[in-house]
Amino acid sequence: MLRYSLKRLLSLILSLAVASLVIFFVIEVAPGDPASFMLGINAQPDTVAALRAELGLDVPKAERYLSWLAGMAAGDFGTSYTYRTPVAGMIADRLWVSLPLALYALTLSTLIAFPAGIYAAARRGKPGDAVVMGATQLGVAVPNFWFAMMLVLIFAINLRWFGAGGFAGWENGLLTGLHSLTLPAIALALPQAAILARVMRSALLDILGEDFMRTARAKGLSRRQALWRHALRNALIPVLTIIGLQFSFLLAGAIIIEQVFYLPGLGRLVFQAISARDLIVVESVVMLLVFAVITVNFLVDLAYALVDPRLRART
Amino acid sequence: MSLLEITGLTLKIAGLTILDRVSFSVASGEIVAVTGESGSGKSMTALSVMRLLPERAVVNGHVMLEGRDLLALPEADMCATRGREIGMVFQEPMTALNPVRTIGDQVMETILIHRAMDRDAARARAREVLDRVGLPADRFPLTRYPHELSGGQRQRVVIAMAIALRPKLLIADEPTTALDVTTQAQILDLLKGLVEDYGMGLLMITHDLAVVSDMADRIVVMRRGEVVEQGETRQLFARMHHPYTRMLFEASGHRVALPEPPPPQPLLEVKNAVRDYRLPRRHLLRDPGHHRAVNEVSFTLNRGERLGLVGESGCGKSTLTRAILGLEPLQGGEILLGGQPVWSGQRPNLDVRRRMQVVFQDPYGSFNPRHRVERLVTEPFHLLDDPPRGAGRREAIAEALTAVGLQPGDARKYIHEFSGGQRQRIAIARALIIRPELILFDEAVNALDVSVRARILDLLADLCRAYDLSYLFISHDLSVVRTVTDRVLVMQAGEIVEQGATEQVFSDPQHAYTKALIAAAPRLPEVGAA
Amino acid sequence: MSRNLILGGLLSALVVLAALTSFLWTPYDHAAMNIPAKLQTPGAAHWFGTDHFGRDMFSMIMVGARTSIAVALLAVGIGMGLGVPLGLAAAARRGTWADEVIMRGNDLVFAFPSLVIAILITAVFGPGAVNAIIAIGIFNIPVFARVTRGAALSLWERDFILAARVAGKGAARISAEHILPNVANLLIVQGTIQFSLGILAEAGLSYVGLGAQPPTPSWGRMLADAQTMVSFAPHMALIPGVAIILTVLGLNLMGDGMRDWLDPRLRGRGG
Repeated sequence: MLRYSLKRLLSLILSLAVASLVIFFVIEVAPGDPASFMLGINAQPDTVAALRAELGLDVPKAERYLSWLAGMAAGDFGTSYTYRTPVAGMIADRLWVSLPLALYALTLSTLIAFPAGIYAAARRGKPGDAVVMGATQLGVAVPNFWFAMMLVLIFAINLRWFGAGGFAGWENGLLTGLHSLTLPAIALALPQAAILARVMRSALLDILGEDFMRTARAKGLSRRQALWRHALRNALIPVLTIIGLQFSFLLAGAIIIEQVFYLPGLGRLVFQAISARDLIVVESVVMLLVFAVITVNFLVDLAYALVDPRLRART
Repeated sequence: MSLLEITGLTLKIAGLTILDRVSFSVASGEIVAVTGESGSGKSMTALSVMRLLPERAVVNGHVMLEGRDLLALPEADMCATRGREIGMVFQEPMTALNPVRTIGDQVMETILIHRAMDRDAARARAREVLDRVGLPADRFPLTRYPHELSGGQRQRVVIAMAIALRPKLLIADEPTTALDVTTQAQILDLLKGLVEDYGMGLLMITHDLAVVSDMADRIVVMRRGEVVEQGETRQLFARMHHPYTRMLFEASGHRVALPEPPPPQPLLEVKNAVRDYRLPRRHLLRDPGHHRAVNEVSFTLNRGERLGLVGESGCGKSTLTRAILGLEPLQGGEILLGGQPVWSGQRPNLDVRRRMQVVFQDPYGSFNPRHRVERLVTEPFHLLDDPPRGAGRREAIAEALTAVGLQPGDARKYIHEFSGGQRQRIAIARALIIRPELILFDEAVNALDVSVRARILDLLADLCRAYDLSYLFISHDLSVVRTVTDRVLVMQAGEIVEQGATEQVFSDPQHAYTKALIAAAPRLPEVGAA
Repeated sequence: MSRNLILGGLLSALVVLAALTSFLWTPYDHAAMNIPAKLQTPGAAHWFGTDHFGRDMFSMIMVGARTSIAVALLAVGIGMGLGVPLGLAAAARRGTWADEVIMRGNDLVFAFPSLVIAILITAVFGPGAVNAIIAIGIFNIPVFARVTRGAALSLWERDFILAARVAGKGAARISAEHILPNVANLLIVQGTIQFSLGILAEAGLSYVGLGAQPPTPSWGRMLADAQTMVSFAPHMALIPGVAIILTVLGLNLMGDGMRDWLDPRLRGRGG
């Protein structure tokens, strides 16, 4: 188990290193000099040079990459070209909206998908299964930001159960914060839940065809007991993979959906930064998103080992 | 009164009759074997008793267990009966256990699901039955996972699960078919011992007549869903009323007459062959080490000779086969065909490779389902510098297909249009088409029903006469090797432990392992169709 | 053929037909503004109503279908074109460092959702429909590589591959002759699924301004325009949304139907 975890950890670090390298060099090929862009076309050459030095653009690339990495490890993401404030602080505020939103949606999605998938698998071929599968087929096809607009139309504008947008902030209490994230989280979660429920169902059906399920029935377990005691844990293995993948979709989805609800999250920050060509902010936000995805997949790998004893035994 | 009384059992799935008025009985302490070829409905009979049939199955008739009709029981009562009054053991031990739960957990579950004992008593009982089936506590604690056990050991766990509550009836569906012969003998002994100790009735499903004759008190012979003959074992073998029973018996012990081999002249020479596999790295700095699958193996196969290679799974015979075919390089020694090395430098030697062909075990996996037979059998033409084209190609295909007893017109068909036996004929046609000097048969008749197998063996003998074949016949089935080879090699743990003329080795084995193998192999009774 | 396949095929055909027809004919010029006729609800003159500039929504939907299909199709092309050979190569060299490098590379690309790739590209090169194609295409590569490798691995274990090796055929030839035809069905089904995901992703990207730019019409941008009007002109949001849903639904149904149809093992299992 320890060896397996260490190996995964090693591959986590390697992935992060390569990912950061890719991001850094993609941003580096950007045409145009941020310093002259920020100062406008009439700037004096020596003013530009001074700003370049201030932004640290005058040192060799390899050195800049390493100091960028070292800075990030210490929590220093550099200074925004446009706002002239530390990027770390800007990101931290926004992260407290986007990350909770993604996790909230992941929780909702799992809470909806598991019962739905299990229910459908247990009633395979019966009307209940057909209803759940029809609903998920539709759910998979719905764009989450459009669904979000519909939720706003119904629950915020017509019923007035929720505000139409904006974020109440965590400082007014956890529940207030969660309340303003609820509509966005539902909009994100339902389409993903539809996918997850389908995966859960088909994973369970695959397991139901396995020999050991027949063995379990031969011991005297009812169909339902066999499903709960033997199929579920085995089905978790493919389901975990999808949950890991979904986190990255949810994080990306959160960034899009923030636009619908006017949430002050990473999305708004990054889109403003793109139009202002504030590349250091873009670079930092992208690195952070990739870091989150890679870390979640590392956690999923660890969860595999908890579920599957065959993995624990291997190196 | 019998323990189990099946009368007029009829089973239909999607309108197709699978079982037709099957009737027989099993008494306490009695072993009844149901035998027959694939499609006979023997496994479906067992599943009908357990009521674990596919969803769309329609069952009629009566299955009485101590006077209660199981077919009329509500599902909840049936659940209470399974595992408690009837235990069942399946064919595939590798997949019959849940991979994510411990063996102790799975044995205890049988007890706990029926609320027969509390957890502590259940744990003690699980330990007790695991001991009884030959898995002692010091090597097999309850916390073991299935992947840590071998096939035979897993089958013992399955048996432990089935007998944990001392059921009155045990059903074993091909319990030893997936196992090696020595393991098979142990498992059969275990089952016999359990019947004696617990006075259970044992309903055993098997295709192997030799196994049946060894252990059953009574035999039920089935064909296409019907019972064709049943009776007390010795009487049944003595009488063999039904022609199908007689055919099965003859096919099971089928012998062929091979032509005399020509005077010895070496064709294939294996000299001190060594094949190592690198083991997975378990420690970052330590050398992971090697597994030696083939260790200093040497033998010669003469031109026109039929050589057998026997051994149990994992003994290295498949690895050796791959090395001879030049698919994998050796780590030591050499393999020569007609004096030329199979592997020259870093690459397989194409000159040698075009003089060898192979026939594999699985008639269903040996062909690309998307190609027609003509393309399948001509695949070895790829080895020729100047393969025949047009009319020459068509003639070669027609000749190869005719030689194996098929029609030239079959060339236009796809593989799914053929039965298992026909596919194996096509595999032989593919091997013959470039007229190789040597053919390797890798468990080539293993997956076939006995009657089909008998006909393929006949075909082999015919081909030996027509083409002067030289072949290496690799198999774990001793009775087959005995009839189609002149000389035999016995392989154990990567080494050839004994070799000699086939009849000599079988009638007077020298090495302890050969003796054990021959002793473990179930034998047909010495009674014929008198 | 199943009901899924027919229904899905019909829906998809309808969308493709609308896109193709738009090259020859649309009810109105999709870009022509007509302020007096703005925000009309669906009716006889404008079947799908008009937007806040009085543009005909039906025409915009037809031309938008073109963008969606082009982006998603090209992205599937990129994913298949690079992913399938990578997957075949990884399977042919299974267990070696080459396999390891390809698969680790795949994992790495998986860590970049297409939105993130699009953000990076747009930040560097500016916005455009090509970004969306590249971003979604890159994301598709590991998907196809994994599916191909997974299916190819089990094929490599089959005896007919061994027979081909005995016939002296090399890994590349075996991959082309034996492996690829036997994974083709799977790839077609996966292609349909990625196509539908591509439609969704394209809509998302152009909604946030990372996809097709004006004047190229796209469903995602129509939704972005609709956002501020949703309370008094809900049809502006409803119609592009329904267009996306029906397209994706059609493709998914078709994919499911094809999988069941092509794989007899799954026949009669439903869903």
